[in-house]
Amino acid sequence: MASSQRSKYSRGEDVELPELGARGWLRWFWRQLTSMRTALLLLLLLAAAAIPGSIYPQRTADPNGVAQFLDNNAQLGKFLDALQLFDVYTSTWFSAIYILLFFSLIGCVFPRTRVHFDALRAAPPAAPKIFSRMPAHATFKSRRAGLIDMAATVLRKQRYRVVVTGNSVSAERGYLRETGNLIFHLSLIGVLIAVGVGGGLSYSGQRVLVEGETFVDNLTGYDSISPGAFFNESQLVPFKVTLDRFAASFDLKNRTNIGTPLDFKATVTSQVGQDGKPATSVIRVNEPLSLPHANVYLTGNGYAPQITIRDAQGNITFSGATAFLPQDANYTSLGVIKVPDAKTQFGLISFFYPTAAKLSTGALTSQFPAPVNPLLTANVYVGDLGLNSGVPQNVYSLDIKKMKQVAGPTSPIKGLRLAIGQTVKLPGTLGTMTFDGLKRFASLDISYNPGEGWILFFALSALGGLIMSLLIPRRRVWVRKVDGGFEVAALARGDDPTLEKVIEELANEIRQAEND
Amino acid sequence: MTSVTLNEGLSQISLAFVFIAMAIYTVSFLLFTGHLARRASKDVAVSKRAFNIERIAMTLLIVGSVSHGIGVVLRGIAASRVPWANMYEFSISGSFVIVAIFILSLFFVTDIRIIAVLVNAFVLLVLGAATTSFYVQVKTLMPALQSYWLVIHVTVAVLATSFFNIAAALAVAYLFKTSGWFASRKGKLAGLIRRILDVFPKENRIEKLSYRFNIIGFILWTFTLIAGAIWAERAWHRYWGWDTKEVWTFIIWTIYAGYLHANATRGWSGRRSAWLSLVGFAAVIFNFTIVNLFFKGLHVYSGLK
Ligand code: HEM
Repeated sequence: MASSQRSKYSRGEDVELPELGARGWLRWFWRQLTSMRTALLLLLLLAAAAIPGSIYPQRTADPNGVAQFLDNNAQLGKFLDALQLFDVYTSTWFSAIYILLFFSLIGCVFPRTRVHFDALRAAPPAAPKIFSRMPAHATFKSRRAGLIDMAATVLRKQRYRVVVTGNSVSAERGYLRETGNLIFHLSLIGVLIAVGVGGGLSYSGQRVLVEGETFVDNLTGYDSISPGAFFNESQLVPFKVTLDRFAASFDLKNRTNIGTPLDFKATVTSQVGQDGKPATSVIRVNEPLSLPHANVYLTGNGYAPQITIRDAQGNITFSGATAFLPQDANYTSLGVIKVPDAKTQFGLISFFYPTAAKLSTGALTSQFPAPVNPLLTANVYVGDLGLNSGVPQNVYSLDIKKMKQVAGPTSPIKGLRLAIGQTVKLPGTLGTMTFDGLKRFASLDISYNPGEGWILFFALSALGGLIMSLLIPRRRVWVRKVDGGFEVAALARGDDPTLEKVIEELANEIRQAEND
Repeated sequence: MTSVTLNEGLSQISLAFVFIAMAIYTVSFLLFTGHLARRASKDVAVSKRAFNIERIAMTLLIVGSVSHGIGVVLRGIAASRVPWANMYEFSISGSFVIVAIFILSLFFVTDIRIIAVLVNAFVLLVLGAATTSFYVQVKTLMPALQSYWLVIHVTVAVLATSFFNIAAALAVAYLFKTSGWFASRKGKLAGLIRRILDVFPKENRIEKLSYRFNIIGFILWTFTLIAGAIWAERAWHRYWGWDTKEVWTFIIWTIYAGYLHANATRGWSGRRSAWLSLVGFAAVIFNFTIVNLFFKGLHVYSGLK
């Protein structure tokens, strides 16, 4: 690329002395901002600024990681937090860089669009005086008359825009290169807007469903929901999803691969609106269920042991399937059961082992993720469950600070152990506990981002523009009649791998046309 | 997918083919360096005969790549799926594509022959790391990876990496060639290096070639990024979440966008943009090695503990 062509594109690179006054300064600033060099520096700065977000845990992607970091390094953590290093991609400094970049982009692209629009309708520039100054040029012998018209015909056939003036032809082609470049840059603006607006209108909620349970799409249906800034509950389309069955298959056959998950499959029945027709479908990890204004994704799964607890008189105080959170690849799972309706409130911290086995230390472990030898263990705590305090409680944890262990390692009575179908006595007068059976649960993510289609559209048009702008050669060609023959010269704008060849081939074609 | 047969025995045979390929590449590499040294000789006869050495080296490179390719295919058969689901597999497949793209490119641009020695060295390094540090037994795909996007997204990423790699090798040659340091230095070694550098195409030519490989790489990388986002929407219920791997894909894309601008900015084309090309490629390597092995994220597919 010759720098003479480049200067056409790059504006405001020569440092000019600014005029005095605020206006002058503003104009100077704008020129600097929209210069190619600034764009380049901002791009590199953006790349550098993105790095810390991959080093430190980020609140959006890994909130637990951030909490852990703050616990382990309180002092440093505070300092990094003040620099927004746990929220890099929404930080003021990161935002400042990309906003500046996009201002620069806008300031650069719109004037160029106008220039290009004019160029599209302008005639190719007149032939240069001295052809040998052009990056590619050659002289060919010929004695035929009408050479110039022939050259014009050949060039037109090759889809050049052609102008004949006197004894020379000017031709230009590849306007789509600049069109592509503009499409590319404009599409980036499109992507940014779609990301911003879409993010604001989007929401993402989570819900754990045990087999047989139904999720109804309203705010109370979610275990947790994170709405975008402009999200409004009325956006939720009333639909229901029932988890009929959850199936997981694990490799039992290949020695080196035992226990690796092969497939997770949630069979659900969904119904849109009050009187929609129920439809059965399957959700897999890579195959979400698409409903109007919502996609339902499978993000996790585990076991939900069915437990019944009766008091000393035989009245049921707790009954149901509780989701236990998997702790390792073999689904050793941890669950909490709270029994607020008993005479003395109590709670259980319970482990479930799908395929229980004893380690040499005597501790239990699970050897395989499928329920080959299911075993449930539980430690029992009595005392205030804190459910009456009005503070929302995490269903997966039991606050044992104000509770007393009555069965478990630190109490005289050992922890409980139950196989499926077994009933054991609870300590004191708490009653009995029965392990009735086993269900599975699926963690579902229900989310929707109305900007996604637009983002994809602009991303693909950016890609298309990019391909046009990088691969379509833009070139000017001139042919002039000289004594005993003709001269050809060519000039490329941007990279053009075939400029020399173009001249050869053009001359051949002109000569061939001559022989016809 | 509820039942898959894995064949670790076949995987060992695949590994044997990879080792054979490495042996052949090593001989080829030595011949390529010998060729360069002879080309640089002041004795015209020696310099002329060097072309024979180059021909043998190139033949060996092709033979090695055939063995390499067989190794890759057998690994795929052993695992009953595409052979790029963990670092070991990605390394052997990726380096194979680099060699293949390089050999194919020779049909279109003969003058990149001269950087065969650099490409060869890089591929040997990758295979060395793959076989010594990354090897894992064949495993099935975890559910999140069971998608045709694994084929599309990763294939294109590997292709992009190959083009970036060849462009980076050209950028290295360019930086050596334009370095004032060698030009001004006295002494035997500097003289030899100068003569070796004279064997390479003209500065302008190398710069252009590097640019062309980079633009193809950039187009492919842009596609990789978009395909990754589409897949992430399917598998992780959001198209973009600044996961570490996503961050580095973005960083690489931005660096190369900077590179393209540098080529059109006065004062930034030439050596500066060649450096940017190397920084970009360094980020590609970093993304593949350090990020895979040590950074936390959703893309934990190295398969190593
Ligand atoms: C979000 C920021 C930007 C990105 C990601 C970006 C990306 C790119 C890419 C990938 C190319 C090469 C492909 C092509 O020619 O279309 C390019 C070219 C170009 N960009 Fe940008 N750009 C950005 C901002 C800007 C800004 C702010 C300017 C104006 C100062 C600018 C001016 C140009 C010009 C003039 C070219 C053509 C260079 C040539 O002739 O090769 N870009 N840009």
